[in-house]
Amino acid sequence: MLLNEFLMLGAVLFCIGVYGVIVRKNAVLVLMSIELILNSVNINLLAFSLRNNSVDGHTFALYVIAVAAAEVGVGLAMVLLMYRNRRSVGLDELSEMKG
Amino acid sequence: MFSAVTEATEVILKSGWFLEHAYIIPLIPAIAFALIIFFGKKMPMKGSEFGILSMFGALAMSAGAAYQWIQRVNGAPEEAYIKPVIKTWTWWQNNGFSFGIGQHIDGLSITILCVVAFISSLVQIYSTEYLHGDRRYTHFFASLTLFSAGMLNMVVAENMIQLILGWEIMGLCSFMLIGHWWEEGANSRAALKAFFTTRTGDIGLLVGTSVLFFSANDWTQKNLGVSGFSIRGLSAWALSGHPGHAAITVGAVALFIACIGKSGQFPLHTWLPDAMAGPTPVSSLLHSSTMVVAGVFLVARLYPVFFKGMNIMGTSLNFIVLIGGITIVIAAALAFVQTDIKKVLAYSTVSQLGYMMMGLGAGAWLPAVFHIFTHAFFKACLFLGAGSISHSASHHSFDMKKDMGGLRKFMPITFATWILSTLALCGVFPFSGFFSKDEIIDNVGHNGYTFFMIIGLSGAFLTAAYMTRATYLTFFGEPRGAAAGEHHEEEHGHDTPAAHDDHGHDDHAHDSHDAHAHDSHDDHGSHGPRESGRIITIPLIILATLAIGSGFLNAAPFGEKWENFKKWVEPRAEVVSITGIPAPTGGAGEARIAEGTTDTTVPAPDAAVSSDSVVPVDGEVVSEEPVADGEEPMPMYDEKSAEVVGAEGEAMHESPCGTETPEHGVCYAPQLHHAPFKWSKAAMSMIIVFAGMLLSWLLCVQLYDRKNKKLVGLTKRNKLLGAGYLFLENKYFLDTLYEKIIVRSIAHPIARAAYWFNQNVLDGIVNGAGICTKTVAGWVYRNVDQKLVDGAVNGAGTTAENAGGALQPVQSGKVNQYGALLFGAAAIGALVLVIINF
Amino acid sequence: MLASDVLVAQNVGFAIIAAIMVVGALRVVTTKNVVHAALWLVVVLAGAAAQYVLLAAEFVAITQVMVYIGAVMVLFLFGTMLTRARIGAEQDLNNKNWFIGLPIAVLLLATMLMALNDGFKAEKLPVDAPVVTTQQVSDQIFGAYLLPFWALSFVLLAAAIGAIVLARRD
Repeated sequence: MLLNEFLMLGAVLFCIGVYGVIVRKNAVLVLMSIELILNSVNINLLAFSLRNNSVDGHTFALYVIAVAAAEVGVGLAMVLLMYRNRRSVGLDELSEMKG
Repeated sequence: MFSAVTEATEVILKSGWFLEHAYIIPLIPAIAFALIIFFGKKMPMKGSEFGILSMFGALAMSAGAAYQWIQRVNGAPEEAYIKPVIKTWTWWQNNGFSFGIGQHIDGLSITILCVVAFISSLVQIYSTEYLHGDRRYTHFFASLTLFSAGMLNMVVAENMIQLILGWEIMGLCSFMLIGHWWEEGANSRAALKAFFTTRTGDIGLLVGTSVLFFSANDWTQKNLGVSGFSIRGLSAWALSGHPGHAAITVGAVALFIACIGKSGQFPLHTWLPDAMAGPTPVSSLLHSSTMVVAGVFLVARLYPVFFKGMNIMGTSLNFIVLIGGITIVIAAALAFVQTDIKKVLAYSTVSQLGYMMMGLGAGAWLPAVFHIFTHAFFKACLFLGAGSISHSASHHSFDMKKDMGGLRKFMPITFATWILSTLALCGVFPFSGFFSKDEIIDNVGHNGYTFFMIIGLSGAFLTAAYMTRATYLTFFGEPRGAAAGEHHEEEHGHDTPAAHDDHGHDDHAHDSHDAHAHDSHDDHGSHGPRESGRIITIPLIILATLAIGSGFLNAAPFGEKWENFKKWVEPRAEVVSITGIPAPTGGAGEARIAEGTTDTTVPAPDAAVSSDSVVPVDGEVVSEEPVADGEEPMPMYDEKSAEVVGAEGEAMHESPCGTETPEHGVCYAPQLHHAPFKWSKAAMSMIIVFAGMLLSWLLCVQLYDRKNKKLVGLTKRNKLLGAGYLFLENKYFLDTLYEKIIVRSIAHPIARAAYWFNQNVLDGIVNGAGICTKTVAGWVYRNVDQKLVDGAVNGAGTTAENAGGALQPVQSGKVNQYGALLFGAAAIGALVLVIINF
Repeated sequence: MLASDVLVAQNVGFAIIAAIMVVGALRVVTTKNVVHAALWLVVVLAGAAAQYVLLAAEFVAITQVMVYIGAVMVLFLFGTMLTRARIGAEQDLNNKNWFIGLPIAVLLLATMLMALNDGFKAEKLPVDAPVVTTQQVSDQIFGAYLLPFWALSFVLLAAAIGAIVLARRD
């Protein structure tokens, strides 16, 4: 196996995730795209961990998974709140932060 | 090396339970804080009992530790290095690097521990009455207790990280306590100002700690087995001759910037007077006697670093002494133009902190630390006295000109304690301030900083003068305003907080909030001034007693026997031999030394004790042990007092510490000299102080009592003169042309000088000196304080605002667009990096 | 590249799983049905878990399955349900930003592929690397990287409290 195979797979997933973050309007789908990005990072961490014969990558992959879980929990709670307040999860309609 | 072993001398240092467990002292208030937060509101005394009890506990522990420390010092030979009681546990670790937490107890820590615990106890008792019925009573005590925990933690800190922890807790509590009555805009503004100003300085603390750590860590790990954060390690490193000049200078300057912020030194002093918006007990505890000396404490604690970094004693001018000197004069001058009694005391505090800094900067370590000690008592007493006045006599006003005067008849106890503390502050002979402040001035001169000795003396003159003015306005003359019982008249408007602006202090608020919930308030309010209750006067009496008595702990004039403070507190500049330091003949360079203990019977206090931590034990044996002593690679720590080199006179001896690289060991303190006490010098400063008092008194009588026409009018005209251009317009309003060509360029300064001179000739030098001071002070207050410093702040704000306007279109509020910007920028950045690297 | 250096089975396995993952990921960001997107995401995450096994990271792979597919996906489906997304196809899941998103994604991909190709041209992974045991991982987490673990614990606690506070109906 080549190291590059895994790294390129990670890169492809990352870019697909970026595309999703930019074009998706539904907040739940944006969160899913972020999950794609985080997973691509994990693939990289583990690939390098194998290459360097160290355990650090594993540790941090686990941390990333835990952070992702926290992020989804808070993110979905926010989506729920948003839906409750305005009966929609369209991110286009959220522009109170406009400067 | 082995030859040294043969002449081993055993120095047995006494220790004891309180010394070994001094780390418990900050834990007591920390636990009390948690109890107050969780259960305070349900308790019969609304949580204050936890605070007071915890402070008594801390005080008892500190006193025990102090007693045992004194035993330890007294039991040691005259010239032996007294090893501090150090303990370390691993606080947290990451990837093989661990940070310790523990205690570093020596004379300095013991002193400050006692002061903080003592003043905190009294202030908490006082607060139960002062804030009686306040709506956030429980929170107030919680913050006060947490503050004490932070300060005590900083004092016992074993390393810089622990010290920063305590330092930041204090900053936070200061913010919460200044803004305790945040409903009034001025209070929350003052709280923010204090927080941000000290924060500006705190950047220096982080930078300095990092710089020192990265420069020192290798050396300390190799030679002492401690990390580069350890206070002990840093001290030894600074004096070892190893540090590079740039590293230690940058580190010391950065740390000193933090001290400038925290201790209200010259460019960053503006927050301290505004901080008086907080409740008076807070001003008394935090902003006069304890928290603001944190910066001074840091300099004293890491003195070797500053000593080397700032080249103290090496040159006739250094950063610390310069800042200290400027602060003394600037702040003392500003104290003249204040009408608010707490602001006078605030500027006085700034000025006294300047003395401490100047002393430290000029090599007068001991007098400066002693001044922390004595200043805490009399300044706390003065603040609590001011609080007592406002609480019981002037209807929650602090305005000396409007609402005070003649109070000595109504408040005899407050008056007496005030006078005693004032005399101590001015440094009048038998009072404590004399023994510390005069020693600073003396030693500064003795160490070759003659110019700063003169500054110190003029500072003493100014101190005497402004304190006399404040005393006169408050306690003498005719009662005015609230003091005369006028507080219910409508035009004074004392009863509504909104009307307080009528008094003309723009950004100062009064302790008026507790008035709402204070049921008995209206009763005593209508009776005019009276003495405060016993809960307030007893702390005053105790503090005033100490203001007289505490000076005798180090009464240099009475000879060597009286210099107990020096004996107990000053670290002895002895070369402590450590096998890790390579002897000039070569050899043991690679020996890695960690401190160990020779007694294994004492169980490790905690499972978390790291293997190379210091575990001092009862009856600790600090001895020279043969290196070849079986015991596997048991780390060796050899400590013995070095040969006394070049004895000079009877008490003076020279050690190489601080002047050159010590051979065969390390130093933990630089060698300092003490100025021999001379009655002639003391008499001179006494004369200066009394002259200041007398002049100020005469001037006050003329100005405020007799309403001398010439003088009163003169002040007004001089103020206008000081204001400058506006005055010109009013005066020469008819011949504008003439004025614009000549007066602005030449005639005005000359005319002003002539006029000023004329008035002086007519009215005598007495008045002139006072008024000159007043003009300068007013000018400094208006221009430097209000314009320069505030201008810089506003300028920064405007710049930020403009930049924000330019970037506004980007802020569409749409999350997707933000994402697109983020990733687009990342993509372009990555592309640029890739292209550059191809 | 010598044939003996290459483990055919592993490479074939990698290729198949990678292809499925890429297709799944593309469907996640293009499908018009929220529930379908969630199910495609399951495919991608399961594929990632398989890749972790190939990378000799068993414990991480199992955690991935349990946490992601077990918990996070259920959370997503709950979220979809509670926000009353239509079960069928929807037209307005995308905004009009594809002309921004596509160039950025392509640019990013091109940059990364270029850099990777340049940096690790034909570097091989060790074929007989020992599998990292769970014990090793736990030694790392509770030893050298304890501090991040603590921080993470606080993050999770804060997230749990925050999610409850946000989603509570009051």
